[in-house]
Amino acid sequence: MNQPTSIEERIHLQDVYVSRGTREVFRGLSCRFARGRIAVVMGGSGAGKSTLLRLVGGLVAPDGGSVRVAGTQIEAASERELFRVRDHIGMLFQEGALLDSLTVFQNVALPLQEHTRLSESDIAAEVQRRLQAVGLPETGPLYPRELSGGMLRRAALARAIVTDPEILLCDEPFSGLDPLNVQRIERLLVELNQRLGLTLLVTSHHVPSALRMADEIVFLTDGRAISGSPDALRALGDPRVEAFFDAELGAPGRFAASGVGAGG
Amino acid sequence: MIYSQLQERVQGLGRGCLDAVLALGRISVFVAAVAAHAVRPPWRFRRLVDEVFDVGVLSVAIVCLSGATVGAVLGLQGYVTLSRFGAANSLGAVVGLVLVRELGPVLTALLVTGRAGSAMAAEIASMVTTNQIDGLRMMSIDPVDFVARPKALAMLFAMPMLNALFIVFALFGGYVVGVELLGVDGGTYVTSMEESIDLRNDVAGTLLKSLVFGALVGAIATYRGYTSEPTAAGVSAATTGTVVTASVAVLVVDYMITALWGV
Repeated sequence: MNQPTSIEERIHLQDVYVSRGTREVFRGLSCRFARGRIAVVMGGSGAGKSTLLRLVGGLVAPDGGSVRVAGTQIEAASERELFRVRDHIGMLFQEGALLDSLTVFQNVALPLQEHTRLSESDIAAEVQRRLQAVGLPETGPLYPRELSGGMLRRAALARAIVTDPEILLCDEPFSGLDPLNVQRIERLLVELNQRLGLTLLVTSHHVPSALRMADEIVFLTDGRAISGSPDALRALGDPRVEAFFDAELGAPGRFAASGVGAGG
Repeated sequence: MIYSQLQERVQGLGRGCLDAVLALGRISVFVAAVAAHAVRPPWRFRRLVDEVFDVGVLSVAIVCLSGATVGAVLGLQGYVTLSRFGAANSLGAVVGLVLVRELGPVLTALLVTGRAGSAMAAEIASMVTTNQIDGLRMMSIDPVDFVARPKALAMLFAMPMLNALFIVFALFGGYVVGVELLGVDGGTYVTSMEESIDLRNDVAGTLLKSLVFGALVGAIATYRGYTSEPTAAGVSAATTGTVVTASVAVLVVDYMITALWGV
């Protein structure tokens, strides 16, 4: 298992530019993520939420600016250095990204087999514990193609957290889940954050969850970030942020009102 | 007007040359990475066996059937041609030499490219599209080591075995047509074949060719899949590109080996 003491720095993006063909995704994006905090990244479709996570994971190189993760300058790092940084990171991809030639059990066990010296029985116990945590205790022998979209994402979450990473990047973890499983995954993420001091970056369109769990909300718009605690964002009164949240909550003024007695 | 058109053409030619050199450099770096992983642990023996099964065992039927058919056609054509010169008794030598030195390794490589090489490229390309390759990277697992190496090595190991199988079935096909249908003496057919095929030159040559073709097809298939665009069109382009590039490469390299070493 990774030792959570090895990363002292926050994740820090400074003046980042990213383009996809002729479309500018980020135009001077700057934001930082404090250690042990939950940040929910929000914004419209195409705002760059997934790209932000991929930047932090070193899967996308910025066209300009700097991305610093776990003390490493990502844009200048070699593949070997990136592997060292990723030892501390777990990532849940939007579509799961489980290896379809392996069973769910083998998928979840893979990081443990590759990076630890645990015995097969210890690995089996750990995998079962993680599958239990995401509500999929019976799915070990199944192949990814036999799971629904929501089950896939939960199995992928089990794989992302099986090594107890210090930073967890979750791309739309609530998408396609029923309300009970939204609560289950939300509880699991918050518990991991509190128990392990996990730094959590979650992209989501699910506003109620975001308002419940976020220490900080990063709202992406026009290639830049507006960030702060939910209360700070309410106080900011930015019309773009309010319009987005009100639309998701169902009526004008709901976002501003959600702070009153809502418990954040 | 003419000057600007000429300038555009020269620029286009230059861009094409640069792209070709760049692609050659990239594939060289990729092959070097696969080779470097191939000689150091973890060996991933189980994955290698699975891949050899996919490439080798699943290609057996098509290789045997094609071999028998090619051998039968060779027997028929060879008999008709040799009979004109009163040399029908040399049928065994002609069929054997053509198969062992040339048609065996080349046709096996082309068949395996179409069946297993294209499937290999498509599988890796779809892994790129569905983020499985990025998923491995995020687990600090090198996809070149975990995905590309076992597939490329499986192609290297399977190709000589499939080549041998192709030749055996082709010789059998030639024997059935030449001896059983057209009446060439069986003993003469086998003896002329034995006398003309040299173990050190011909059999070692076919082994060399099939090993080189295996490495070539494995490298091209894994590279095209690994560097594909993460779209459905990217999967399609990787598959088509593998078949076209590997087939042409096999034919060109076959000529080079034959010209350089005379096998």
